[in-house]
Amino acid sequence: MAIATKGQTGLTGNTAVAYAMKQINPDVFPAYPITPSTAIVEDFAGFVADGAVTSELITVESEHSAMSACIGASAAGARVMTATSAQGLALMWEMLYIASGMRLPIVIANVNRALSAPINIHCDHSDSMGARDSGWIQLYSETVQEAYDNMFMAMRIAEDTNVLLPAMVCFDGFITSHAIENITLVEDADAREFIGQYKPGHSLLNVDNPATYGAMTLQDTYITFKHQQSQAIARAKGVAASVGAEFGKKFGRAYGLFEGYRLEDAEEVIVILNSAAGTTKVAVDELRKQGKKAGVLRPRLFRPFPFEEIAKALSGAKAIACLDRVDSMSGFGGPLFNEVRSALYELDKRPKVMSRIYGLGGRDYKVKDALEVYAELEKTAASGKVETLQKYITL
Amino acid sequence: MEKDDKGRMPAGGIIPRGGTANEYSTGGWRKLRPVLDSARCTNCLICWVMCPDSAVISRDGKMIGFDMEHCKGCGVCAVECPDKVKAIKMEEEAD
Repeated sequence: MAIATKGQTGLTGNTAVAYAMKQINPDVFPAYPITPSTAIVEDFAGFVADGAVTSELITVESEHSAMSACIGASAAGARVMTATSAQGLALMWEMLYIASGMRLPIVIANVNRALSAPINIHCDHSDSMGARDSGWIQLYSETVQEAYDNMFMAMRIAEDTNVLLPAMVCFDGFITSHAIENITLVEDADAREFIGQYKPGHSLLNVDNPATYGAMTLQDTYITFKHQQSQAIARAKGVAASVGAEFGKKFGRAYGLFEGYRLEDAEEVIVILNSAAGTTKVAVDELRKQGKKAGVLRPRLFRPFPFEEIAKALSGAKAIACLDRVDSMSGFGGPLFNEVRSALYELDKRPKVMSRIYGLGGRDYKVKDALEVYAELEKTAASGKVETLQKYITL
Repeated sequence: MEKDDKGRMPAGGIIPRGGTANEYSTGGWRKLRPVLDSARCTNCLICWVMCPDSAVISRDGKMIGFDMEHCKGCGVCAVECPDKVKAIKMEEEAD
């Protein structure tokens, strides 16, 4: 049952996420602020200074050190969070794999920002998409409300004993991180009840039962641990679905593995992540008024990738455009295009799929851009032929 | 704790108890093998102090021999054995 709404609060994405972290009250928060996620660390440092949280804030000398400190603290049995963006996430790279391989349920907020070069501080998904194979669970968020809510869900999914993997909550730099939105906050006690106590299976600080973390494994065991990790991230899908449903029961906002917008009977579908989905929905509403069967599929859980569920949801579509706010630089579209197109391969009747890359480095994506893509989709749906498989839009 | 399909491996490569290094046999790494000449040995136990793998066995203040399960054949014992004594020789493992 939904709790009574106690009014709404106008918060930026960063402030809302920092507030979720305050409510979670992690044991340790290693911090190395970077634009556009700086305000998360600033706000959280304020909570520490004011005694609003009991967290240990560790100021470190780089993001590599921030993630290293996260790993050490998590191995010691602490609940650990941090925030980063772009080059910060890139500098964490080596340690991201160690966090996931050691099965440490660290949660980070990644405020999506373009990777250099050329240097740019604005939104695209090149940072988190580069980390998509690092073994981290990835949740993407369209709005400030969803970014806030995802923090609690990420914690639950990561710490589930059937998962035990780190998770990152991604939302768009400046567009979501700096824009003020009216959101509904969760009561502190309800938040605490939802995430529960973290009970680590082992702890470096448990001197009565000492454990070794990060031991060498060779040809005889390495593959076994990777197999376990692979099974664990696959299980995270079911856990994410049930945690999203439970969140809905408790707080009135249910979340699935993806969001379908006017998708049930849609023939032309745009698949798109994060805030740009909102813009696309406006285009869909316009087209629906004209009697056109346009729809949106917005993946929320990108790692693990819910390929069966997404293929099923898209099985009725005639033409699909996957819009990536990142280029894989493979000469073959972006990651969303590759994942979705691959997922559809198992269908008996496959929709036509095209790749469109948009909005890199914060370039605006407008309703007219979405309408142009839908016009192309309409042509493809009618002819059964893809004219242009891949191209950049919003140029 | 999660186990693999054979029910053996703790998740994340964690070793869930202490003192397990002793169970790992490193003797197989050895190329050279220390050989003790007991007649020359004065039981000064400098080799016991210096051995980086605690592979020199002593009992009641006497040098008894080597733990060949853990001796990696580094030869520190042979070098550290006093010049006037030289009771330890390194020999090829293959010979």
